[in-house]
Amino acid sequence: MIQYNNVTKVYGDDITAVDQVSLNVNEGEIVVLLGPSGCGKTTLLRMVNGLETITDGDILFNGESIQSLNEIELRRKIGYVIQSNGLFPNMTIEQNVTIVPHLLKWDQNKKNERYEELMSLVGLDAEDYRKRYPHELSGGQQQRIGVIRALAADPPAMLMDEPFGALDPIIRERIQDEFLSIQRELNKTILFVSHDINEAIKMGDKIALMKNGQLMQFDTPSNILQNPANDFVSQFVGQDRTIKSLTIHFVYDLVKTIELKDSLSSSATVKKASLDTSLRDILGFVLESEEQAVAIVNEEQEIIGYLDFELINRYMVSLSSEDDPVRVP
Amino acid sequence: MGQTIITWSVRIVVYVALVWFFIWTITNGYFDYLVNNFEEFSVLLRQHFQLVLISAGLAILTAIPLAILVTRPMFKRFEGIVSTIVNFGYTIPNMAILALMMGVMGIGFKTAVFALFLYSILPIFRNTLAGIQSVNSSLIDAAQGMGFKPYQILFRIELPNAAYSIIAGVRTAVVINIGAAALASLIGGGGLGNWIFTGIRVFDNGILLSGAVPLTILAVITDLILRLIERKIVPRGTRPESS
Ligand SMILES: Nc1ncnc2c1ncn2[C@@H]1O[C@H](COP(=O)(O)OP(=O)(O)OP(=O)(O)O)[C@@H](O)[C@H]1O
Ligand SMILES: [Mg+2]
Repeated sequence: MIQYNNVTKVYGDDITAVDQVSLNVNEGEIVVLLGPSGCGKTTLLRMVNGLETITDGDILFNGESIQSLNEIELRRKIGYVIQSNGLFPNMTIEQNVTIVPHLLKWDQNKKNERYEELMSLVGLDAEDYRKRYPHELSGGQQQRIGVIRALAADPPAMLMDEPFGALDPIIRERIQDEFLSIQRELNKTILFVSHDINEAIKMGDKIALMKNGQLMQFDTPSNILQNPANDFVSQFVGQDRTIKSLTIHFVYDLVKTIELKDSLSSSATVKKASLDTSLRDILGFVLESEEQAVAIVNEEQEIIGYLDFELINRYMVSLSSEDDPVRVP
Repeated sequence: MGQTIITWSVRIVVYVALVWFFIWTITNGYFDYLVNNFEEFSVLLRQHFQLVLISAGLAILTAIPLAILVTRPMFKRFEGIVSTIVNFGYTIPNMAILALMMGVMGIGFKTAVFALFLYSILPIFRNTLAGIQSVNSSLIDAAQGMGFKPYQILFRIELPNAAYSIIAGVRTAVVINIGAAALASLIGGGGLGNWIFTGIRVFDNGILLSGAVPLTILAVITDLILRLIERKIVPRGTRPESS
């Protein structure tokens, strides 16, 4: 749906912020632009809705070059969320949320309905907040409003520049979860800037890892963690990349390739875990159990087999390809 | 809290002093002159109003658009030079402006209006400029990203968020203008200044105060009215006490 073709951005005469980037964001997918500060993530994002011009190459939106589209109309079809939430202090929460529908001249009833619908989406009371102003809200609440404001006119795509970057870790986790569950229903096409590898792993269907304006690797979080394309990627994801990747693999992934054990040597009872438990949690259970194993149960709570350290180890090894080019530094 | 107490104590002291001053002037019969010459008073008052309204009105209509213009991307490069000129104009004492204008335009009402107009531009221009420039750039960015057109950014984001500062500039300009308009009498522009300067010349407290006291009241009331207007049109979320 959003397609970068050899996109380059040069500021002034010699600052190459984005260098020959090509990547594809498919419909309904979250692609996280990840990389250290100054690597060109924001620039790459802002070229999609024309906030930055393209120096060379092209970006297609729904197959059409964005340079051939009407800028204002394009922007109203793409939700935009920024880190400092950008709520308008002179408008009430309701006016903020419904500003794009307002610009699109929706009638009052429709705007009102939409406002209430959006507020319930993020669990805020529509009446309570209707006449309040942004400064009367907490940072987390403001950011939620920023997100639903971008969703208001139901745009097919969203651009989000470190939308949760200014929040403290606990609120951030909660809003991330909340946003993911909203996204599961809405299926927006999302470009999401982050400099936090953990956030990228959690939010991204794919991650585009950048360095100095160049795309280092564009792949699923699991592949980025298991098969880093070069030293930079492996360094960026960190020594604990295997531990990190445990968080995005679940028991139901593992049972596709590896058979659970039928029984344990001792008859002691062990902890039970469901199929949608992450391998990271399973590893935790294994480490704290004397039997060094966990019983896996299906939806009817029947034990379908046992998982232990050896099986997790075998699964994780099978994920990284044989000819892994990475040397651990 | 402590600040409120201080503000209120100051206010009460000022009010008491004012009341005492009025009792003093009335018991001395200083307003007899005003009462006896009420017809002339209303003429002078009307002239004063006209001087202020016309000059301040023109200043508002000039300074605000000018500040808007030099904050548009297209004209940004003129901002420095325009600001310099306006600031320089303000460093000339208002007496001197009056004298200069008299040299160019002769004496009379028009000259006075023009001088007052020039003098009122700066506070309005400077505050409008500062107000617009202090609008957080992330707001503009968000607005652009959501598909606001340039005029929508101006009218829905920049001006409402700068409103407090703009109106503060207008208030300053108008209140100064009311006082400065008294000088108009020196070049035959009329207004309450006529009595004030006559009073000074002939050492007559009655004539002097019959001009000066209504002038003061006029300034105070205007300030109050402008503050009320400010309450009405500055959006609640953008007032200084709200952040
Ligand atoms: N308007 C501009 N003019 C000149 N150079 C710019 C401009 N905007 C960005 N740059 C430069 O382009 C490069 C990429 O900037 P960009 O904002 O895209 O980085 P980023 O990856 O978003 O960084 P961060 O994580 O700090 O937000 C940086 O070197 C920056 O200094
Ligand atoms: Mg950035």
